[in-house]
Amino acid sequence: MASISIDKVSKIYTGGVKAVNSVSIDIADGEFIVLVGPSGCGKSTLLRMVAGLETISEGEVSIGERIVNRMEPAERDIAMVFQNYALYPHMTVYQNLAYGLKNRGTPKAEIDARVAEAARMLEITQYLERKPRALSGGQRQRVAMGRAIVRKPAAFLFDEPLSNLDAKLRVSMRGEIKRLQRRLGTTSIYVTHDQLEAMTLADRLVVLNGGEIEQIGSPLEVYHTPASTFVASFIGSPAMNLVRAEVQGSKLAIGSGQLDLSTTAPSGIVTVGLRAEDLRLALAGETGLPFRLDYIEELGSQRLAHGFVGDQALTAAFPAETFLAENLCLVIDPARLHFFDATSGKRLALEGSRSPARSVASA
Amino acid sequence: MDTKKTTFNNRLLPYLLLAPQLFITLVFFIWPAAQAVKSSFEREDPFGLSTVFVGLLHYERLFDDPNYLDALSRTAVFAVSVTALSMLLGLAFAASVDRLVRSGKVYTTLLVWPYAVAPVVAGVLWWFLFNSSTGLMPFFLEKIGIHWDHDLNGTQAMILIIIAAAWKQVSYNFLFFLAGLQSVPQSLMEAAAIDGSGPVKRFWTISLPLLSPTTFFLFIINVNYTMFDTFPIVDATTVGGPAQATTTLVYKVYQDGYLGLNLGSSSAQSVLLMLIVMVLTFVQFRYVERRVQY
Repeated sequence: MASISIDKVSKIYTGGVKAVNSVSIDIADGEFIVLVGPSGCGKSTLLRMVAGLETISEGEVSIGERIVNRMEPAERDIAMVFQNYALYPHMTVYQNLAYGLKNRGTPKAEIDARVAEAARMLEITQYLERKPRALSGGQRQRVAMGRAIVRKPAAFLFDEPLSNLDAKLRVSMRGEIKRLQRRLGTTSIYVTHDQLEAMTLADRLVVLNGGEIEQIGSPLEVYHTPASTFVASFIGSPAMNLVRAEVQGSKLAIGSGQLDLSTTAPSGIVTVGLRAEDLRLALAGETGLPFRLDYIEELGSQRLAHGFVGDQALTAAFPAETFLAENLCLVIDPARLHFFDATSGKRLALEGSRSPARSVASA
Repeated sequence: MDTKKTTFNNRLLPYLLLAPQLFITLVFFIWPAAQAVKSSFEREDPFGLSTVFVGLLHYERLFDDPNYLDALSRTAVFAVSVTALSMLLGLAFAASVDRLVRSGKVYTTLLVWPYAVAPVVAGVLWWFLFNSSTGLMPFFLEKIGIHWDHDLNGTQAMILIIIAAAWKQVSYNFLFFLAGLQSVPQSLMEAAAIDGSGPVKRFWTISLPLLSPTTFFLFIINVNYTMFDTFPIVDATTVGGPAQATTTLVYKVYQDGYLGLNLGSSSAQSVLLMLIVMVLTFVQFRYVERRVQY
């Protein structure tokens, strides 16, 4: 058990490509951190630098109190779960679990005890004598987790461990990982490109884009106060609507529509973010945004209406029974509007909208 | 395993499509083999005008012939040595090249060259290198007190053909081992590294077990190679001598049949050689198959 500190870490490949750019994260003991971002954002590279599978070009990584930059992966006291599980195909499940302990010269009796305990925890006891090829995807995933937990490492590193599973299994394994991590209390770093996985698992989310941190925060902080248009469009499903708008005193003009703001703000062009679920139909006599319906997606619990305000695409979520006409008028609580700089995409702290609890610009 | 089922509307078409391959197999493999089996039971007069059926006479004689039994044990020594040497070297080279990132391609190309050299040329090459009067190696060996003359010393002659035959086969083994090593998923190596296993230990506990299908395949190929395909090397370096010291089974078939014109005995020998390889392959597959599966 240990805290992990990532201090101004960069990865520069030969040829000068910066895959990770001066990233700093402090991870508390027992915390579950999820690194999330689109493919190519450097999240896996960052994880592999912590694991010792990639060299660290700049900066420092310490696990516990030790700086591990120059240590072999084996000396870092970490365990990793790989996307393709990376089980040793020629060994039985038992041997797979025991391999790491054996390499460290653990006495046979203790290996037996620890493997048995891990197997019981993951409900794979009846498969211990099988080879990985005789297991299903979900069972292999459990074995991969088992291999990590028998070692009782200071930290777990997960590299998109669920992306090879089907949707249903992914949800149940997600819950299991969360439960297991709670129970063991082991510091964990989890990499995923799936924002739903990130939201559900994380104590704190780290949103990465282009090798830099866009935002660090709890899932709800990130959801409610995204630090940039990138985070806003990445976290949450359906993605947050981002439209061009103009602040005119206490009014906000979007296309031909207008919304009242609760306070006045400096006039000018901004990017406004509106969550689909925050939008509702205007009551009779209320002014709002004229919305031209294009098509409807039925989710069962909700209806997603895709359409246009002026020439800008917008998606709104309505309760299942809502009747939707061809032309609608939408309103939103002004406090639920998100304002972003029209050029930089950074969140603007306007009166009446929440400012980000902790936004991290790249150092 | 999935098999694709193809349906032909024309019943003749599948046979027509198979015909060329069957024809070639028949003419160039089955027919000569059958001819060898047939003539191994026959005795021919010196002028080739009449043949007499003699049953197992040739076979009985062979097993009473100390020359043949010697050739048999020599071939065993030769096959085991060449296979072991060329596979170990091939594996060692492959493991080394596998660790290289940028220069790997260059080494691969260089290491494959010997395979492109014709066996006779390989034989002549090593013959020159080890030539007792003009060669480079005897000169150096003399300095450490070894007198090299494979024209007189049977053991040295055997060592020479083992080196020459193994040298040619190293490339082949190297290529297969390298391909095998490179197909071991990188994440397995990384997982093992995290599991506290150093490079050497990873090689023994992960790479090598995963290579076992390749190793098994190469073992059979190499044994077959030394049994059959080493004729040119023997012919170009030692001509089976001195005093039959390098007369392997395949070389003896040639000597007795082509030079000695004893067609019956030569045929019987080639049939036996064929049987040995068949049995060996069969036993290897039956025995090793179970261990190779993972």
